[in-house]
Amino acid sequence: MLTILFDGIAYGMLLFILACGLTVTLGLMNFINLAHGAFAMAGGYVTVVMMNRYGISFYWCLPAAFIVSALIGLLLERTLYQWLYQAPHLDQVLFSIGIVFMAIAATDYFMGGQQQLINLPPELSGRMDVFGVGVGRYRLFTIIVCAALALALQLILSKTRFGSRLRAAVDDRRVAMGLGINVPLVFALTFAFGSGLAGLGGAMGAEILGLDPNFPLKFMIYFLIVVSVGGTSTVSGPFLAALLLGIADVAGKYYVPAIGPFVIYALMIVMLIVRPNGLFSRGGR
Amino acid sequence: MSVLPQETTVSPNSSTTAAESRAAKLMKRRSRIRFYEIIVWIAAIAAYFLLPSKMLILTEIAILALFAVSLDLVLGFAGIVSLGHTAFFGLGAYVAGLLALHFIAEPVTGLIVAGIVSGLLGLLTSFLILRGSDLTRLMTTLGIGLMMAEVANQMAWLTGGADGLSGFSPGPILGMFEFDLFGKVGYLYCVDVLFIGTMIMRRIAFSPFGLSLKAIKGNSMRSAMIAVPGRKRIVIAYTIAAVFAGMAGALLTQTTAFVSPDVLAFHRSADVLLVLVIGGTGYLYGGIFGAILFTLVKDWLSVITPQYWMFYIGLLLVILVLIGRDRLSRWVEYLPERLSKKEDR
Repeated sequence: MLTILFDGIAYGMLLFILACGLTVTLGLMNFINLAHGAFAMAGGYVTVVMMNRYGISFYWCLPAAFIVSALIGLLLERTLYQWLYQAPHLDQVLFSIGIVFMAIAATDYFMGGQQQLINLPPELSGRMDVFGVGVGRYRLFTIIVCAALALALQLILSKTRFGSRLRAAVDDRRVAMGLGINVPLVFALTFAFGSGLAGLGGAMGAEILGLDPNFPLKFMIYFLIVVSVGGTSTVSGPFLAALLLGIADVAGKYYVPAIGPFVIYALMIVMLIVRPNGLFSRGGR
Repeated sequence: MSVLPQETTVSPNSSTTAAESRAAKLMKRRSRIRFYEIIVWIAAIAAYFLLPSKMLILTEIAILALFAVSLDLVLGFAGIVSLGHTAFFGLGAYVAGLLALHFIAEPVTGLIVAGIVSGLLGLLTSFLILRGSDLTRLMTTLGIGLMMAEVANQMAWLTGGADGLSGFSPGPILGMFEFDLFGKVGYLYCVDVLFIGTMIMRRIAFSPFGLSLKAIKGNSMRSAMIAVPGRKRIVIAYTIAAVFAGMAGALLTQTTAFVSPDVLAFHRSADVLLVLVIGGTGYLYGGIFGAILFTLVKDWLSVITPQYWMFYIGLLLVILVLIGRDRLSRWVEYLPERLSKKEDR
């Protein structure tokens, strides 16, 4: 029971790291970026290539995954995404689906369609007992890293100058620009940072979530649920939503395997009926 | 005492009747059969005689066209971006398959039943899309689509699971026309259904009802202020679209005598969006033009790169959006609007 809860928390934490970049893109720029999973996949594949082909340590792969995904994100934001901030949602949806399709086919072409496996360092694999609860070491590692990241994010957003600029741009783009904040720069950096986090999530999740070319499609719905349930105005909202989703999904798959996949959809529908604007929204936008 | 009030009562009356007749005239002009519509249907019949060896791909186009036209009712008129329209397509396909397998092999009955069942699902789920923003709608429609795919996968005792549903053969249409080996009857059947479906949806879309849908799409708050019952209209439009999407799915089942879980796959929802984008939204025939172009392009791509055609579909989407999809579909406006000019404007 506690093990399931623990696994669920690890899973939820991962989902949060994967999705929080999307929260920013959506909340800040009002851009529906369905291709967010593609950045996560990029991070995952960076790790796979570095570890399996070049034998680089797992710990070095994580920052590398972050940086590569962030650079890809920055590049795409500057070249393509920025033209579509004002476009209708349909355009954004089509555009990002196009990116997803291209990412899937390109990954399939370069890396093959099979599941990618990574070999964790020995100190992270296996299980240990903490107060009688079987705890996977890697999951514990995931939880610690993700919790630290979430805390750091919260601090960056609430304490630093960049965070306050970001929040200003979230609340009112025009006024923020009027105050001399370079909103496009803030957008670009935030987009890159969010993509980087997704890449990190993809790298860490390669073990738990699996990694194959269909990754962006498989987890698209999870990201959307996290963002729309958690709301886009805070860090804590998506965080709690991701935890809830992770626990519900793991528990559902464990206790009722026959209808396991439906648990999250049921959760989604109930949530929509009860709180159409998200669990932690500040009222309708 | 008597002259002035009379004048004031007469003049608004005459102006309302004038406005009404003008509005009626405008509505009539809007719904008039366009030149290109006649060409489309003539071409559809001509294709039967001119391209006897291409029946299968033509059938595919007709089915995709019906599917896309039904999505246009939701997307182009009601303005709802749906990522899960294939849920109805797939449900229709499975219902038609199961009906043919267990009960009645007659296709038209299967078509109607599939339409009704899909319509019911549309009615049920339409209440979910009324809530929230575009994002929540995306999530809900995508979720419904994925959920249907999961149901089909899990209920293997009913649907055959990942292997698909086979082992049935559709009987003769209305008990008279047997499906032949070359797909000629299948093509005519699909074109007939496409024609009837498009005409019904055309009637709906170009009625005051369709106009009110466009008003909701334009600005739901303002349209509510001029007393358009937005929620009700969206529920109705979504349900109708679901009916025809289900029928398109049923057509696919009946012409191929096979249902694969692929009918519920996500890429179908994306494909049909792409079809509409190629053809243009908001005038129904975009679905037909788009289906022709899309199927030809996809067929060509899958010949040159059998495994990676998805890449080029994605590239096409990105390019289309970046150059502006409106520009692409504007060509229809350059076509002559009607054949004769004798009617007044």
